Parts: sequence; structure tokens; C-alpha cells
Amino acid sequence: MSSNLAHAGDHPTYNYKVVRQFAIMTVIWGVVGMSVGLLIASQLVWPDLNDLFQPYTHFGRLRPLHTNAVIFAFGGCALFSTSYYVVQRTCQASLFGGWLVPFTFWGWQLVILAAAITLPLGYTTTKEYAELEWPIDILITVVWVAYAIVFFGTIMKRRTSHIYVANWFYGAFIITVAVLHIINNLEVPVTLWKSYSLYAGATDAMVQWWYGHNAVGFFLTAGFLGMMYYFVPKQAGRPVYSYQLSIVHFWALISLYIWAGAHHLHYSALPDWAQSLGMVMSLILLAPSWGGMINGIMTLSGAWHKLRTDPTLRFLVVSLSFYGMSTFEGPMMAIKTVNALSHNTDWTIGHVHSGALGWVAMISIGAIYHLLPVLTGRKDMYSVRLINVHFWLATVGTVLYIAAMWVNGIMQGLMWRAFNADGTLTYSFVEAVEASYPGYFVRVLGGAFFLLGMLIMTYNMYRTLAAADDETEQNVLAQPA
Amino acid sequence: MSTFWSLWVIGITLINLILVFWVLMANRKVAVSDEDDPENRTTGHVYDGIEEFDNPLPKWWFQMFLATFAFTAVYLLLYPGMGNFPGLLGWTSAKQLEREEQKADNRYSEVFGAYGAMPIEEVAEDSKALKMGLRLFANNCAVCHGADGGGNYGFPNLTDTDWLYGGSAEKIKESITHGRAGQMPAWGALLGEEAVINVSEHVLALGGQTHDAEQAVLGAKIYAQNCVACHSADGTGNAILGAPNLTDDVWLYEGTPAGIRQSVRLGRAGLMPAQKDMLKTDKIHLLAAYVYSLSQEGSE
Repeated sequence: MSSNLAHAGDHPTYNYKVVRQFAIMTVIWGVVGMSVGLLIASQLVWPDLNDLFQPYTHFGRLRPLHTNAVIFAFGGCALFSTSYYVVQRTCQASLFGGWLVPFTFWGWQLVILAAAITLPLGYTTTKEYAELEWPIDILITVVWVAYAIVFFGTIMKRRTSHIYVANWFYGAFIITVAVLHIINNLEVPVTLWKSYSLYAGATDAMVQWWYGHNAVGFFLTAGFLGMMYYFVPKQAGRPVYSYQLSIVHFWALISLYIWAGAHHLHYSALPDWAQSLGMVMSLILLAPSWGGMINGIMTLSGAWHKLRTDPTLRFLVVSLSFYGMSTFEGPMMAIKTVNALSHNTDWTIGHVHSGALGWVAMISIGAIYHLLPVLTGRKDMYSVRLINVHFWLATVGTVLYIAAMWVNGIMQGLMWRAFNADGTLTYSFVEAVEASYPGYFVRVLGGAFFLLGMLIMTYNMYRTLAAADDETEQNVLAQPA
Repeated sequence: MSTFWSLWVIGITLINLILVFWVLMANRKVAVSDEDDPENRTTGHVYDGIEEFDNPLPKWWFQMFLATFAFTAVYLLLYPGMGNFPGLLGWTSAKQLEREEQKADNRYSEVFGAYGAMPIEEVAEDSKALKMGLRLFANNCAVCHGADGGGNYGFPNLTDTDWLYGGSAEKIKESITHGRAGQMPAWGALLGEEAVINVSEHVLALGGQTHDAEQAVLGAKIYAQNCVACHSADGTGNAILGAPNLTDDVWLYEGTPAGIRQSVRLGRAGLMPAQKDMLKTDKIHLLAAYVYSLSQEGSE
């Protein structure tokens, strides 16, 4: 593994400091965000937990804290960390931008801190995944522009003739997220912590879900496909399965995703034509999405035996399976007749988490387990056995979570549409809530499994970093004066 | 949508779909090369040790992609999607709703209509009708009035014999059909806090609760000037206006000294929404019978 080390020679010295900072914060924010997730999942089973410290611990305030923490703090740090690492190594160039590089780290941490303070205090724009108020929106924009300068600047000074596919995806993610963030957050400030959206009514809803679904499509999919295209072939030690497939599924994915947001507004005041387009564009996304899964999984042909001994590779491959599953489920749920059953039920939450836990979290965890030894100059993590334990906890946790939500979601959908012979509804709403309790409890279990895995990862990371520091000290001591 | 925006939608939809289709077709076949080992042919690029095979698109994947394209083309031909083009089927969500409502009306009008001609008091004796009434109540009324009709803070109890607007079958039906808007004006700013306290003591006296006799006497004057019009001189209220009886121990809001002062000071606004457009006559008839039966049980 020593060839993975940064050293001068055939390539410049890479900037690993920022990669390491973001990698560590990925794990820490992962624990924080998932702990809040576990708390709000528990609140749905034991509502008294809302009263821990009212009004700050109310579900309505902690839910956006959970989503922002796991998407933008955990997922965001993972994307920063891996993109900075991948772009340097595949371009054979050190990071461009000088002080902008540490600025993106500290700026992003400031954004997260501001979110963690303002959301429990109740400051919110009420737009899902875009709850942060306008001063924080501006800070995000500034950090993001710096990120784009660093990333694309590094690509500009690359020493390879072509741009590697991972960087296409990272690049598309950075550009599109900037556009989405700015357009959806156009708002009229009233006070320092209150603003109103520039759009109204169905237009506001459409802009919001254009943003919301592409937060999934570009932040949580394109960005993490970039991650996949580096870490899967690297960890497997095999060439990427098909360059042709990369080209087709990249262009199809990034151009079609933009249309799909309307499927969040089926059977709403959105005009029929927009709903139809949202549906067919979502359906047509199935093949481009699966293109990424195929390219990842087929890369393992000839290296399947490595799964037996390498739990990091297992994380990466299982994440691709969950990615394939949820990108099949998504287009199906976008079909209006299916959506009539699934809309507003727990099925949606299950679908999101099969992507969020199964795909986004697992591939990030795999990538971080690959990165940490490289960044600390070790051959491996402190304990490979603990990676394996983490793998099983994460997998079982995810399966428990999504199975519980499938059962709940389909049950709720069927209960809401059940009619008596006289045309009255068979069940009142609260009966469907009551019937959901067992599922909510299983979800808490699943979430606890997943969080426990993250805590084990934190310990493993701590021991790996501590051991690396010890070695450095010993090396210094061993040096003759 | 104006013609410009319609053409805009059609234009970018088609351009996007055609470009993706072109990328798919253009990359369908891998350029033939004469290398010995076509199975393991790479593009020749190496990035940080990562190579890329030159494998063709998996056939099943390619076909699946084409199938979704075909579905999209057919769907956009049949249904609205391409700007102002309505689709060959002429389907709209509004028409679908209308059709389904019509269907439901046809199917269920017999069920409910059977009771429409019967007097409400009689329907309230029919066990089958009451079961339907219970289900209608659970779906439409229970959110505010409680699953058992026992009411809640600000929402009247329907199981007792105390009625704001009258408890006869016809009055209940009227309340459901047209809704009710209870308005207790706010007196705090007009009368001042001292008067609010005094008149509240008088209200406590009317209901036979412990009160400050001196203040209540002062309050009686204020009551006579300002409150009698609705609540009547003896405090028994007025069902025509929905003004509550203040002499009993039934309180929609709180009957404590603090609660009464709050009502006088800031007023109250209760709203029962009209159901005539939501539920239509026959269902309201059944619901009225169910609610009537609740209060009859309560009176026994």
C-alpha cells in the first residue's frame, strides 16, 4: 500500500490535510446526524421524548436537523473529502486554490454549526432540505463557489490527457448543486432570520421539488457515483467494466434527472402536463441509474473472491446493490397509479433510506475505510475485524429499517383507501397511525444497529489515527540526532 | 400556457430526449479493433492505476433503455405532457375526479337516499343507519369533537343535553349543513381590566361558583350594560345566537376565574365548518341522526 502514499516523484505532493480533515468530520457528523435520526424515530414510538427540552427537542425542529446533518454534514464532508482526494490522484495534480482549500473546510463546518444552532431554535424557510435561512444560504454559496474553483482549477492543471469518469460526476454534482441552491433559495429577507420565497403557490412547490429531487439526484447520486468510480475499481484492483457505459449513463443521468422532481407533486395543483413529464422522465431514468450499478458491480468480475476477505470492498458492493434497488423502486413509485398508493406514506421514507443508508452511507463508509489507512500511512485500519462487524450492523440495520417502512407504507396506503359498502372510509386516520407502531419500533431497532456501527467506526478511526501519531513520534525519536 | 411556453416545453423535452437517444445509439457498438484479446481490451487510459475496459453496453440494459423510450413516446402521445397538446385520450385529472365522483354518487346515493325521506328522529332508531353515521362521524367529525363525540377544549361535547344552537334534530342538521361561527367579542380594551375582573366575578355568581360578592355586584352593572343582549338577563344564554348558558357547569372554554376572565378580555371565536358542499344532503341527514342519537343516550 505504500504506493498510495503521497510522495514527490512522478507526481507532485498531494494535499492530504484537507482530505483527512473532511474524512474525520464525515465520521463525526455521521454519528451526530444519525443520533438525531434515532431520537426522532424514537419520538414516533414514545412521543414523550418530544418533551426532553421543549421546544428545542420537538420533532418538528429536530427532523430538519437530522436531514441537514446527514445529507449536508455527513454526506457533504464525504463528498468534499473524496472529491479532493480523487481529483488530485486521477489528475496527478495537487489541489488548486491555495487558501481557498482550507476555507472550504472551515466554511463548510461553519455552515453546519449555523444549521445545528438555528434549526432547533426554530429558524426555517420551511422548504424541505433548504430550511436554512438566507444568511446561511449566502455562506453556502460562497463556500460552494470556492469549492468549484478548487475542483475545476485542479482539473485544469491535470497532467493526464483525459478527465477520469469519477471527475465527470463530481463536476456535474458541483455545478448543478450550485444552480439548484441559488435558484431555490431566491428569497426576500425581512429580518436577519426571516425571509420569504420569491415564488408562490404551485410555482413555489415545483421549484422546491425541482431542487428537492435533484438534491437526491446530484448531491446524493451523481456525487456518490463519482466516489464509486474511484473507490470500487481501486479497492477491487480491477479495470472499470465499460467506458462506453460510463459515457451513455453519465449524459443520460445528468440530463434526465433535472426533470424528475414533478413526481413529488403527483395529484396536486401542479398542471397535468408537468406531472406527466415528471413521471415519464423518472421512468426513463431507470436505465441510466442502473448503468452506474452495472459498471460498479461488473468491475468486480474476476475479483469476487476478494469479498470474502475484504469488508471494505463488501461495503462498496452492497452499497451498489442498494443503489440498484432504490433506483428501481424510485421510477416505479413515480408511476402515478403506484404513487396514488405510496404518496405520503412511510414507503417514501423507506425508499429514501434505502438510498440514504444503503447507498450513500455505505459507499461513504467504504470509501473512508479505504482512505484512512492511506492518509495515516498505514497498511490497514486499526482493526479489519471491526470493519466487518460494522458491515453486518449497517446491513442488518438498513434491511430492518426499509422492511419496516415498506410494511408500514403499504399498510397505510391500503388503509387510507379502504371503503365500506356505503362509501365511507373503513379506517379513520388515527387507526392507521396506531397500526404503524410496530413498524416504528422496528425502525428504531434498525437505526440503532446502524448508529452502533458508526460508533464502532469512530473507535476504529480513533485507534487508527492514534497509532499513526505514535508511529510518527517513534520515527522522530529513532532518528539519530 | 401561452403558445411560446408551450413550444418551449415541447422543444426542450424533445431536444433532451433526442440527444440522450443519440448518445445511446452512438455508443451502442464498440469500434472493432484487431487486438488478440477482445475480452480484456482497455481504452488505454490509466488514472492512478485505474484502467477502463472497452466492453459494449450490456444488451439487456440497452433494450431496457429502448423500452422506456418507447413507453415515454406512447405516453406523451396519449396523455397531456407536451406543452398544450392535450393527448389523444383527452384525459385530464379534473375529468377523472368528476367521473369518479359521479360513479361514487351513483353507487352510494341509494344507500344513503333510503333514509333521506325518513324523519331524523326515526333514522336515529335504525341500527344500520347509526353504524353508517358512526363511520361518517369518525372520518369527518372526530378530529375536533373526539371519537366518542365527547368534545374537547373549544369543541362542544355532543353527548350531553347542553346545546349552543339547539339540540333538536332539525337544529343539529342545520349546524352541520351551514356550519356555525360563534363570536364572543373582546372586552378587555373597551372596559379595562378592573371591569373584566368584576364582570367575571358576576359570571361566577351566575353559575353558583365561589366569587367575591363585592366585585360581583359591580360586575352585575357591567353585565347589564354589555352582556345581556346575547347571554340574556338571567345568564341562560340564547340559542339563536349561540350564546352559551352561563348558569350551568358546562364550559366550552375554561370555567375557572382565570378562564372566564380570558374569555371576557380577549373574546372567543369558535368555528364549525359548513359541510353542505363536502358531504351533501343525504350524508348530513344520517350524521344529524347519529349526533342526535348521541345526545339522546346522554339524556337517558
